[in-house]
Amino acid sequence: MFLCSSLAQAAYRLDLSPGVTEVSRKIYTLHHMVLWICIAIGIVVFSVMFYALVKHRKKAGARAAEFHENIWVEIGWMVVPLLILVALAIPATKTLLFMHDTEESELSVKITGYQWKWKYDYMGDNFGFFSELSTPQEAIQGKKEKGEHYLLEVNHPLVLPVHQKIRLLVTSNDVIHSWWVPAFGVKQDAIPGFINEAWIKIEKPGTYRGQCAELCGRGHAFMPIVVVAKTATDYQKWLSEQKLASLTIDLSSRTLEWLQREGKAIYEKNCMTCHQGTGEGVPGAFPALKGGRVATGPIKQHIQTVLWGVEGTAMQAFKEQLNDVELAAVITYERNAWGNDVRVQHNKTEPLVQPADIQSYLKKQ
Amino acid sequence: MRTGERPKGVIRWITTTNHKDIGTLYLVLAFILFFVGGSMALVIRTELFAPGLQWVDPDFFNQMSTLHGLIMIFGFLMPSFVGLANWQIPMMIGAPDMALPRMNNLSFWILPFAFLLLASTLFIEGPAPNFGWTLYPPLSTTYGPDSTDFLIFSIHLMGISSIMGAINIIATILNLRAPGMSLIKMPIFVWTWLITAFLLIAVMPVLAGSVTMMLMDRHFGTSFFNAGGGGDPVLFQHLFWFFGHPEVYILILPAFGVISEILPTFSRKKLFGRTSMIYAVGCIALLSFLVWAHHMFTVGMPVAGELFFMYTTMLIAVPTGVKVFNWVATLYRGSITFEPPMLFALAFILLFTIGGFSGLMLAMVPADFQYHDTYFVVAHFHYVLVPGAVFALFAAIYYWLPKWTGRLYNMHIARWHFWLSFLAVNLLFFPMHFLGLAGMPRRIADYALQFAEFNRMASIGGFTFGIAQLLFIVVVIQCILRGPRTTSRVWEGSHGLEWTLPSPAPYHSFAIPPKIE
Repeated sequence: MFLCSSLAQAAYRLDLSPGVTEVSRKIYTLHHMVLWICIAIGIVVFSVMFYALVKHRKKAGARAAEFHENIWVEIGWMVVPLLILVALAIPATKTLLFMHDTEESELSVKITGYQWKWKYDYMGDNFGFFSELSTPQEAIQGKKEKGEHYLLEVNHPLVLPVHQKIRLLVTSNDVIHSWWVPAFGVKQDAIPGFINEAWIKIEKPGTYRGQCAELCGRGHAFMPIVVVAKTATDYQKWLSEQKLASLTIDLSSRTLEWLQREGKAIYEKNCMTCHQGTGEGVPGAFPALKGGRVATGPIKQHIQTVLWGVEGTAMQAFKEQLNDVELAAVITYERNAWGNDVRVQHNKTEPLVQPADIQSYLKKQ
Repeated sequence: MRTGERPKGVIRWITTTNHKDIGTLYLVLAFILFFVGGSMALVIRTELFAPGLQWVDPDFFNQMSTLHGLIMIFGFLMPSFVGLANWQIPMMIGAPDMALPRMNNLSFWILPFAFLLLASTLFIEGPAPNFGWTLYPPLSTTYGPDSTDFLIFSIHLMGISSIMGAINIIATILNLRAPGMSLIKMPIFVWTWLITAFLLIAVMPVLAGSVTMMLMDRHFGTSFFNAGGGGDPVLFQHLFWFFGHPEVYILILPAFGVISEILPTFSRKKLFGRTSMIYAVGCIALLSFLVWAHHMFTVGMPVAGELFFMYTTMLIAVPTGVKVFNWVATLYRGSITFEPPMLFALAFILLFTIGGFSGLMLAMVPADFQYHDTYFVVAHFHYVLVPGAVFALFAAIYYWLPKWTGRLYNMHIARWHFWLSFLAVNLLFFPMHFLGLAGMPRRIADYALQFAEFNRMASIGGFTFGIAQLLFIVVVIQCILRGPRTTSRVWEGSHGLEWTLPSPAPYHSFAIPPKIE
């Protein structure tokens, strides 16, 4: 309930949320069952213990008894816990079998983890997009006020219809991530080279937030998940709008200033975590772009590095992550920032890359 | 070398083959690393004091959490309990020394170099290991920094040291018991160590093998853990936790032994159900080989696998319950006093049991999908390891220190140490349960605003706990230098062979084996 009311978001919570799927509610019930059994056992055991600590103190004149064995008592406190465990195992098994039933889904979404963002592909509709943190760097650094959804907000949320069984195919492009939305009761590791399945059936429209749950490197804290659940008609409307927008990209030439300005923003979102704002990288881990061999060298090699990444290193392939305009902008930015323009000139190579250059590079492949 | 001719100064400590000297060396190294690993935890707690990035870079944060875990487990807890074993086992079974004294020297002196190698990763170019102490590939292989190789060799050295230590302990226990001490009559602390030593020999090679496979993947073109070459990153997790779960029992079983020694002394009553306590430890050790995958329920296992590991994990609650019930029955109708070792032992029962409860909750696979990789897990394992294993260690040192030094320590400061640690440890770790349930993932350098209150609390608890440990150092140093002389029995209710020796215990514990009736 409180997940829907935006005010309660910032207030602290003590317990699991019952969530908005049948799975999450079953988990919630199971959690409470085992929690209360533990509390009850705890009360019994600790009461006996504290009774002894108070009543059987030497100071209170207690003399030690002689007994130190009783086979029936010991059998008793083996059998009783065993019965309690069986009582717990039955509902746990039922819930687990229910969770594993991925049959008869109406929609499939492929979720791919990247360092440090998520990609969502709508399998039947041949369309997908990246979803990354939208909290500004200044808020993280404390130079700007932190908003209500600090670190739990993204540029493109995953949009899903309610009341439909949705199959999630979870995988990763680089290291292991884990896709977790508490309100759905789904946590599934994203493992490179393998596809894991999970499913959800959301019962209520609304915005649901989660985070990557598996340590995935420097940006692990900064790859949230936001899911917007819409009614079937709203979802269809959103879907057709998105498909239309993805078809229309303006590929005309831009000015150097425009490319640099746009490129800087793209750099800060995609490249800065490793190569740093100063372009100096991290010695021994991430190479410097400032005065770097690739960023000031032949243009073809620069395009190739950004588009395809570098095998066996943390450098990702950005061909699928950015469109041609964005690629042109970020490459142009890298070739001109931090005094690289001087080096580029000295090396007698091009400082400027246009969207058309990216396209002609791809055609030659 | 005959008694009386032993070298002095540094050479004595480097060449010593005496179980007490080596026990002391282990404990000193362990506590140095306790403060090193603790400082790293405080770096983590400082950054997490408030939302936002204030103090350290997230990558350095990851390095801190990796090294904190490795140092506390391999550098503090394991060596400290090996130190206790060295000091106590010969005295408790009526032996003059350990069975293999020269190997004993070697198994200690490997360790400082292992940890220098590990610490050097902070100073060489590039980041220190930053993928968590669990070392999951591909983050630690394809994406691991150069320093990872140093970590791998450091783990090899630690493994060699542990295996040699374990062989020595088994050889000592099986061969050097006083005449008449049958296995079943053996003190319970010695029993727990015997079982622990077998666990060590069984699983340390698995860890060494897994990190070697990492090394091969990193440098020699293999693809054990790389799907691109036909391998599987999850294979590493299976191998790691096949080591890792017995490993947590390696840390906690000797602690069970310590508690089972201390409770009877200060309740002035025999341990309840001694035989079943030994069987319970044996059961826990065997089951520990069958539960590893409960650390990885979210990797996408078949449902049959999840059910199997859920049931075996839940089964562990039975022998663990037997231990707790027996301890409480030992207290019941005793004649109880509250000296510092007893305080720590009582807090152990209370807080370890809470850690056990959260462990049972984590075993329920469907619920684990919500708890896994959150602060709930962090709360769970810190409850079993800090007020669990670490409190048992304090209890043991406060219990046996007068025997080692021949002097009593300042009970007043020791009580302060206890109460401050007790309050701080709960302030530090209890709120983490709430953080996890409310949805805070573990190992994040920055968090959303609704987690701020409990993180602040935990950080305050962390610093208080850290400061409280300085009192412990004060108590120990004061005891060694100026403590009043004590008797051979030290405690009114003490029982067992070690208390028949004078305090301080002679350099070669039992030159003539005692007779056991």
